[in-house]
Amino acid sequence: MSAVLELNQIAKAHDSGNGRRVQALDGISLSVGAGEFVAVRGPSGSGKTTLLLIAGGLLAPDEGAVSIGGRDLGSMTAESRARFRAGNVGFVFQQFHLIPYLSVLHNVMTPAVAANIGDAPDRAEKLIARFGLGSRAHHPTARLSTGERQRTALARALLNRPRLLLADEPTGNLDADNAERVMAGLSDFAKNGGAVLLVTHDNNATDRADRVLLLKDGKQAGAPAG
Amino acid sequence: MKIWGMIWREIAFRKLNFGLALFSVSAAVACLVGTLTLLQADERRTDRLLAEKEAEVAKAGAGLEDAIRRITKGLGFNVIILPEDQNLNEMHLEGSLSKQMPEEYVHRLAKSKIVTVNHLLPTVMKKLTWPETGLSVVLYGIRGEVPLQHRDPKKPLLDTVPEGTMNIGHHVSQKLGLRQGDETVLLDQKFSVGKVHGERGNIDDGTVWINLAKAQELLGMQNLIHAIQALECHCAGDRISQIRAEIAGILPGTQVVERGPPALARAEARDRARQSAEDALARAVASRRELRGQREAFAAVLAPLICVGAAVWIGFLMLGNVRERRAEIGILRAIGFRSSQILLLFLGKAVLFGIVGTVLGFVAGALAGASLGEMPVGLAWLQDPEAPVHFGLALSLAVALSVFAGWIPALSAARQDPALVLQEV
Ligand SMILES: Nc1ncnc2c1ncn2[C@@H]1O[C@H](COP(=O)(O)OP(=O)(O)OP(=O)(O)O)[C@@H](O)[C@H]1O
Ligand SMILES: [Mg+2]
Repeated sequence: MSAVLELNQIAKAHDSGNGRRVQALDGISLSVGAGEFVAVRGPSGSGKTTLLLIAGGLLAPDEGAVSIGGRDLGSMTAESRARFRAGNVGFVFQQFHLIPYLSVLHNVMTPAVAANIGDAPDRAEKLIARFGLGSRAHHPTARLSTGERQRTALARALLNRPRLLLADEPTGNLDADNAERVMAGLSDFAKNGGAVLLVTHDNNATDRADRVLLLKDGKQAGAPAG
Repeated sequence: MKIWGMIWREIAFRKLNFGLALFSVSAAVACLVGTLTLLQADERRTDRLLAEKEAEVAKAGAGLEDAIRRITKGLGFNVIILPEDQNLNEMHLEGSLSKQMPEEYVHRLAKSKIVTVNHLLPTVMKKLTWPETGLSVVLYGIRGEVPLQHRDPKKPLLDTVPEGTMNIGHHVSQKLGLRQGDETVLLDQKFSVGKVHGERGNIDDGTVWINLAKAQELLGMQNLIHAIQALECHCAGDRISQIRAEIAGILPGTQVVERGPPALARAEARDRARQSAEDALARAVASRRELRGQREAFAAVLAPLICVGAAVWIGFLMLGNVRERRAEIGILRAIGFRSSQILLLFLGKAVLFGIVGTVLGFVAGALAGASLGEMPVGLAWLQDPEAPVHFGLALSLAVALSVFAGWIPALSAARQDPALVLQEV
C-alpha cells in the first residue's frame, strides 16, 4: 500500500498574540495510504485542525515535511500548491464553508473552476444524486438544512476525484442520521481507493476508521491502531 | 461555470454592494460628462448668439456705411479750407474762387496728425465762360484724394478725373448736347466726356470737372490751388471750432468753412448707435468668455475631486465586500483557486461596475447637461463627432478608476491566508 499522505516529524507553533508561542504540534509523523481511512482524535486545542491544514498545504509547518502522492509540498510555491490541491485534495469542514451566492449544483462545481475537469456538470449531478440532494440542486445553500449543507460540501470535495480527503469535524454540527451519511461517504471514498484523514474529538466518529491517532497537546499520545 | 459566472452570481446576490459601487461610478461619470456637456452646450449657444449678433451688427454697420457714403457723397465734402482773404460771397453767389494758396498745403495737412477731418481733396474752382461754346461754367480741377499719412487709407469719396477726360454736370450736358464718349474742346485742349452726372439741382449741374494738373495749367495756376475740401470726421462735440483750431495750427493764413451739418449730424448719431451696439457686443462676448472661464476653472477643480471621492468610496465598498467574503476566499483557496483567480474575482466585478456605471452615467450626465444647457431636442451631443471619443475616454477612465480603487482590497483578498479563516469555528 503506497502512502498518499506522508507527515514526517511535523512541528508547528502559533503566535498567541501576547508574544508567547503556543506549540500546536510537536513531532507528529503519520502516513495515510490509498484506500486507508485514518482518524486523528484528541481534545479541543490539541492541534487537530492545525494538523489538517498542514496536511493540505494551507499552513506551512515550522519543522518536518509533508508530501502527498510523493510530492513534497514544502518545495512548491503557494501558487503551485493551490494548483496541486485543486487536483489532489478535497476538504470538508465543520462549518461547511459553502459559497452563499451559488446554488447547490454550482457549489459542487466550484473545484472545476480551479482545475479544469472535462465532465464537471455530469459528475456534479451524479454526486448530488448520490448524496440525496437531487431535488435541491438549484436551491441556494442558505435554504438547506445543516445535513444537506454538509452533504453538499462532501460532494464538492469529491468533484475533482482527489486522492486525499481531509475532513475536520465533519459531523460536529449534524444529527446522528446525517452524521452517519457523511461518515458513510468518507468510508466509501476510502473503499474506492482514496485516502481519508479525519480529525475529530468525537469517539463515535472514529468507528469507521482503519486506524486512530491520539493527539494530546500537539503530541502523539497513542500509536495508530491497526 | 467560469470565474465570470461566479462574479455575476455574487453581484446578483449582493445587489446593494454592487448598486452602491455602480452608483458612485455613474455619479462621477455623470458629473463629469454633465459638466462637459453643459460647458459645450454653453459654448455652442454663446457662439451662435454671438454670431447672430455679430451678423446683425455687421449688417447694420454695412447699411450705415452705405448710408453715410450716400449722404456725404450727396453732400459733397463738408469742410472747405480756403485762403484767409477769399471772399466767401464770391463762392456762395458764383461758385467761384479767386484767391490761391500753394498745393503743398494739402501735403502739409496730410503729414500732420490732424484728426478732425479726413478725405483731403485739393481743388481749383473757377467760374469762367467756356470760350469754344460761350457757356458759363464752373471749372473744377480735382485730383485723387491725398491720404492722411497717420491713418489707414479710406475709400475715396470722389474719384479723380483722368487726364484728357472731363466729367460734366446735367445742365452742361443738356446745353451742349454732350454725352458720354463725345469729344470736345475747352481752352484749346481736347477732352472726351467721361461721366455725365444726373441732375442735382445745385451748382454741380453747371460744373465741368477735369484733372487738377490740367486745370492748373489751363488757368495758369501751376502748383497753386483754390481750396482743400475735406470731410469732417464723425466726432462728437463742437466740431467746427475744433477743426478751425486744429487747421489754424497747421495752415496759418487759411479759413475754414463748414457745409451741410444736419445730414452729418444724422450720420453721426447712427454711427454712435452702431458703435454702442458694437461695444455692447464686445461686452457680451467678454462677459460670456469670463463666465465660461470661471466654469472651466470650477470643472478643473471639481473633476479630480469627484474622481478621488468616487475612488475612495469604491475602495471602501470593495474592502467591505472583501471582509464579508473572507470565509469564501479561504475555502476557494483550499479548493485550489490561485491568487490570480481570487484577484480576478474582485477586479472583474470592478470592471463590470466601471463599464455599466459609465454607460448609465454617460447617458444621465449628457441628458442632465443637455437639459440644463437648454440644448435643442435630439441631444446635440450625440451628433457631435467627438461623442464616441468622449465616451471611450469616460469608459477607460471609469474602468481604470474602478480597478484602481478595487486594487488594494482585491490584492488583500488574493493574499489572504486561508488558514486563518478555516481555523475559526
Ligand atoms: N492562528 C492561531 N494563532 C494562535 N494560536 C492558535 C492559532 N490556531 C490555533 N492556535 C492554538 O493552537 C492550538 C491548537 O489549535 P487547533 O485549532 O489545532 O486545535 P483543535 O484540536 O483543532 O481544537 P478544536 O477541537 O477546538 O477545534 C490551540 O491551543 C489554539 O489556541
Ligand atoms: Mg479544530
